[in-house]
Order: sequence, then structure tokens, then C-alpha cells
Amino acid sequence: MISVCETPFDPSEHISAFDKNADAAGAVVSFLGKVRGKAGADDVKGLHLEHYPGATEKSIQEIEDAARRRWAIDDILIIHRVGRLKPGEPIVLVCVSAAHRRDAFEAADFLMDFLKTKAMFWKKEIRNDSEDWIEPRQDDYKDAERWQWEE
Amino acid sequence: MAQLLFFGKLGDLAGGRAREISLPGSKMTVAQLIATIDEEDTTLGSALRDASVRVFVNEKICPTDKVVADSDEIAFLPPVSGG
Repeated sequence: MISVCETPFDPSEHISAFDKNADAAGAVVSFLGKVRGKAGADDVKGLHLEHYPGATEKSIQEIEDAARRRWAIDDILIIHRVGRLKPGEPIVLVCVSAAHRRDAFEAADFLMDFLKTKAMFWKKEIRNDSEDWIEPRQDDYKDAERWQWEE
Repeated sequence: MAQLLFFGKLGDLAGGRAREISLPGSKMTVAQLIATIDEEDTTLGSALRDASVRVFVNEKICPTDKVVADSDEIAFLPPVSGG
């Protein structure tokens, strides 16, 4: 399931529900991305995340489909916040269930690398005296290049 | 009316995420559309022309020689950053 949501979500609720549904799986991997309190020396007051309704969900579906072609996966959950986020709030939750742990670990890693570099979101850091749109770091692109993207 | 959408930093430059433009019976390409925007607002025009900006027409990625119609949704996307 893919969900882009405007309001804060409780990751534990979603992980618990996902786990309950993963009866046949031998492994469930979850990753939670959060808003950092500090970026460099500056205090970040929050983030503003924008998306392109419809096209964003489609871009996430393409990433999910690519993961499913590559690994033996039972189920995938992707929840991504948009709007105004405060430090400490969850931005993204990825859960993957599979028969074996390696498939689940690698698929979760793959999904996150492409959620960072391919999914249609735009992120602005809000500080006391400035607001900056941020783009993926070189490391983020390098992480994504570890995988061969197959259409 | 064609709907123009500007995301991320382009929305700030355009002074809003959405704007409408009349293109009745036009044979205008995306590149020509950017040129008309550039006539009124050079900063936005050159930002739209940046190589990192992708153009989606009706949610499909398109080259800038794509001809756009009055019923189209034309979106300008700077580099994405999720997660």
C-alpha cells in the first residue's frame, strides 16, 4: 500500500498492522525516516514537503514495482508525509515482508534509495532566518547507483 | 485554459504553484511556452530552461519540442528530494 499523507502518522500502529497481515512471511523489515533536529550548525525548525498529487503516487508505485520484480516480496507498505513537518516527526515509513530476511532488507534499502532520488517530492528546510529548497546529496545519488534500475 | 504547475523552488520563483494560460488553437511547443514566460519574467524563464528541470505534460515526461494544447496540464519539476 502507498500512502501520501498531510498529517502526522504513528509508525508503531502501521508497523504492527503490517506485521499482523504478514502471516506467511519469515521476515519483516521496517525503516523510519525522521526530521533531524539539526542540519550542520544551524537549528532546523522544520521541513516543508511538496508533492504532485497523482503523479507522486505513480512515481512511488514504479519504485515499488521495480523492487517486486527484483526480490521475492510478500508485501510492501510505503507512507510518506507532505506539508509542514516538525523536528522529530516521521517523514517516511517503509515496511517489507518476505519469506527470507535478505530479500526484505535489500528491498527496503532499494526502496529508500529511490524514494530519495526518484519519487516526486520537494523538500524545503525552514530555519530561523532562511528557507532553502534542498536537493539530494551526492551520497544519495551514489547510494541509488548501487542498484541497476530496470524499467 | 492550460494549467501550468511549478514545483519546489520553481513555485517560489513563479509566486505560486499554479497558473492558467490561454492557448486556444496554438501550435506552441513547451520551449516556446517557456520563451513567452521568459519575456515577462527572465528569472523564472531561465530557471525553467535549466537542464535539471523536467517537463511533464498530463503527468507524462515530455521533451521541450512537445506541442501543448489549451486543455493540457504542464508541470515543471526541479530535481526531486524525498525521504
